Amino acid sequence: MRFSAAEFARRVRSLFQGEKQDKEMDAELQAHLEFAVEENMQRGMTEEQPRREARLRFGGVQQARELQREARSFGWLDVLRQDIRFALRTLRRDGGFTIVAVLILGLGIGVNVAVFSVVNAVLLRPLSFREPQQLLRILTKDPKGGESSSTYTADSMREMAERSHTLQSVTGYFAFSANDNVKLMGQGQPQPITGMSVAGNFFDTLGVEPLYGRFFRPEEAVHGARPVVVLSYAFWKQQYNADMNLVGQPVNLDGSPVTVVGVLSPSFDFGAVFSPGRKVDVYTPAVMEDIRHWGNTMALVGRMRPGITAAQAQAEADLVFPTLDHDTSRPANGKGYPGRLLTLKDFVSGKLRRSLLVLWAAVGLILLIVCVNLSNLLLARAATRNKEFALRTALGAGRARLIRQLVTESIVLSLAGAGLGLVLAAVTTAYLTHQTSIILPLLSSVTIDGQALAWTVALALLCGCLFGMGAAFKASGANMQEALKEGGRGATSDKGHERLRSLLVISEVALACVLLVGAGLMLRSFLRVLDVDLGFQPSQTAAISIDSNDRDSTKRAVLWHNLLDHVGAVGGVESAGISDGLPLSGNRSWDISAKGKEYRDGELQDTFVYIVSPEYLHTMGIRLLEGRDLTWDDGAKSRRVVIINQTVAHRLWPGQDPVGQTALIGGTEATVIGVAADVRETSAELPAGWQMYLSGGQFGADSPYLVVRTKLDPSALAPSVMQALRQLNPRQPATEFQLVQSLVDHAVSPRRFFAMLVAIFAALGLILAALGIYGVISYSVAQRTQEIGIRMALGSSAGKIRLDVLTRTMRMALIGLAAGALISFAASRTISSLLYGTTPNDPVTFLGMVALICVVAALAGYLPAYRASRIDPMEALRNN
Amino acid sequence: MSQSKLDLLQGTLDLMVLQTLEAMGAMHGYGIARRIEQVSDNEVLLNQGTIYAALVRLQQRGWIAAEWGTSDNNRKAKFYSITKGGRKQLAADSAYWHRLAGVVNRVLAMPKGEEL
Repeated sequence: MRFSAAEFARRVRSLFQGEKQDKEMDAELQAHLEFAVEENMQRGMTEEQPRREARLRFGGVQQARELQREARSFGWLDVLRQDIRFALRTLRRDGGFTIVAVLILGLGIGVNVAVFSVVNAVLLRPLSFREPQQLLRILTKDPKGGESSSTYTADSMREMAERSHTLQSVTGYFAFSANDNVKLMGQGQPQPITGMSVAGNFFDTLGVEPLYGRFFRPEEAVHGARPVVVLSYAFWKQQYNADMNLVGQPVNLDGSPVTVVGVLSPSFDFGAVFSPGRKVDVYTPAVMEDIRHWGNTMALVGRMRPGITAAQAQAEADLVFPTLDHDTSRPANGKGYPGRLLTLKDFVSGKLRRSLLVLWAAVGLILLIVCVNLSNLLLARAATRNKEFALRTALGAGRARLIRQLVTESIVLSLAGAGLGLVLAAVTTAYLTHQTSIILPLLSSVTIDGQALAWTVALALLCGCLFGMGAAFKASGANMQEALKEGGRGATSDKGHERLRSLLVISEVALACVLLVGAGLMLRSFLRVLDVDLGFQPSQTAAISIDSNDRDSTKRAVLWHNLLDHVGAVGGVESAGISDGLPLSGNRSWDISAKGKEYRDGELQDTFVYIVSPEYLHTMGIRLLEGRDLTWDDGAKSRRVVIINQTVAHRLWPGQDPVGQTALIGGTEATVIGVAADVRETSAELPAGWQMYLSGGQFGADSPYLVVRTKLDPSALAPSVMQALRQLNPRQPATEFQLVQSLVDHAVSPRRFFAMLVAIFAALGLILAALGIYGVISYSVAQRTQEIGIRMALGSSAGKIRLDVLTRTMRMALIGLAAGALISFAASRTISSLLYGTTPNDPVTFLGMVALICVVAALAGYLPAYRASRIDPMEALRNN
Repeated sequence: MSQSKLDLLQGTLDLMVLQTLEAMGAMHGYGIARRIEQVSDNEVLLNQGTIYAALVRLQQRGWIAAEWGTSDNNRKAKFYSITKGGRKQLAADSAYWHRLAGVVNRVLAMPKGEEL
């Protein structure tokens, strides 16, 4: 229908004046009839005749009303309103059904919306930077040495920016800033905060805006410049109560005044993008002159020129990066990087894509199961409403109108479910964003936004149509006469019903089977990961960042020795050691080679380096397989020594005893004194790389950690250890005691997260499938009460009846299982890259899940079977 | 209920209502219905109720206007009159109707077996 604007306006107005116009219409129709009666009387009719004749000529009064209503507004809208009103009334009358349906739908839609918001935040939504598609994360093709082999030197970064034609600017951050590396002073005890030093153009290149103040100027990123700092929004709010006057004021960092020049906007979350789980408080400009001789330290980000693709930038990098000098003032340090450019978005979420898509598919399956369940419920309900439909058909409701009515009912139901689902999703996402134990990027930005709302509505409508359709066609096609007959049950349509419902249950079981197998595989992988030999013993161990370092290694050794003596004396401490790097957290790497050997390109590998104290290996639970541990005698004046891990031993001295051999470490000779077990460094799932342990008395250490092992609860030790530290060093900041176990937990948290979610979804799917089985079987038992009664009267035993019902259940379940297992078999290949130590066709998982479903199906069928066997034949025959 | 028959009736009824109002001036619904029956020599057996849907439709389109008033025998009734837009529409519709009727008549008058 096409309306002119004026007509449209009139119709809209009518929409809101329904009651008033109804009254007017009634008055008018009344007047009409009276005119007619009067005229008829004048023509000489008598008694009832004038009124009768008037009515006859007028036709159906109600019909005239409907017609007029339709004409004055939007007909379909009016019908819709009626349908909805009717649907609400019907649903209210059938409270039990409605509650169950809305609950099921709410669950199904809720998990879908929650997962959609996560997918949207992590995968779909662009990063909150200016022109985010231009941003690249500049990595290397060979990151085996952890951070050190995926970062660049200050000089190569400058050269890259100068020589690249595809990048308009290159920036980066100092990749080795430890947590709690800055002391905020001037307010009582020194407070540990996390500072990140970034290239001067970092924020400008990303295209973020300051909330207050400004970012760094070029002259502030040079040696000897007035120190300045930019605060993160969260830190500014929490530490300074969002004091706007702070900009321009000095704060005391590590004992010297630093001017606050700006505050970042709340939308900028460094950790969410670059380093999941990390919380950065303050940003300082990195002084390139100071770090140019430190080797690879800068993690780089580039912005492409407009119109350049990532592939073009990569092609240029393949040409240019191999010629970049590591250190332009020391050409002997070598040149060249195997640059690998990833769009920043891919860097952030690329690894999660598959997991999230699997999750998405899982909740999609749940929604399908929900729809199947609802179809089933509605079919059962339609069967009991047969008479109602027949009556309405008899009274003139068209088939289309009936279908529309039923679909409206389903959509009203699913919208109610969507409302509940939204609440569930909001609760879930709020919980997720406040989880600090799940290390996933962008998790903090998960919200129920407009897109999620749109998704919800779309899902609800889709569901409504999906599960409403089947029942609607079935119901509207029912044979009117058959249904209206007293006690008529429409034998033919009933059989059709039952076949359809069995089919639905079978597909439900199949879907649940796919979900369960997927979840089983993920869970098994997770257990495998937990079972991995990490190379160290995380339990009963805690670490704390300490402020005991010195540039002079002899002084450092004295400091450490003294400190460990003190801490070792604390009650409950079993052993204590110091290292400047903990497994599964930050890392750095140097070079190691066997002295006197020539190596081909690529034969050597960046080697994780740990500057440690004696007893560290023992404290961490790292097994010393050969040779001896470091001692306090391994100091500046004695020969350099090194402990290597098994991997290095096999690679550098294959088939020989490495202990006593001479190694070259960055050009310095060192004697191998021991071989330690391989320790998983970058991830619990990846094999250990090359590793070596050097003496703190001989090599320069990064910010050190004290590690203590105890038989007590490690966190109970915190106060006494802290007291010991304070006695030695009053400036020791109040850093947190960190359980080493938590490093492991963090490292496996993404896998735990996905495994748990998929498991929960699978459980949900299984419950829904069980409900479906239960519903169908008990319905068919109820329908066949009479038949069962007769059979029992004819001598069938209760056991036989029970067996029959159970057999029927298991037949459906087995057909569903067969289909589900086939689908799983084909589909599990797609998740093979997400598995760990488990094949996609893992027979244990498959058999386990099949057994589980059989048990659940048997349970779901047993209840109605039991009920069937208790049917009293007399009762059954008397009823109906 | 057959939809196509209703549609055809609708169009014709609207035209008849407009012409009645144009010829007779302001009238109430019953008057219009009776007038159409009389003019057609009771050949169209009008379901008088349907006229009100037509009246609303024409009103919404702005072709007729309505006002409550009092009838000759002192009854309150809604009186309808044609508007300027209604006259224009009537002219267009009746021209169309005449043309259509002419064409249909000519087609029906076609003798059998004649080659084109």
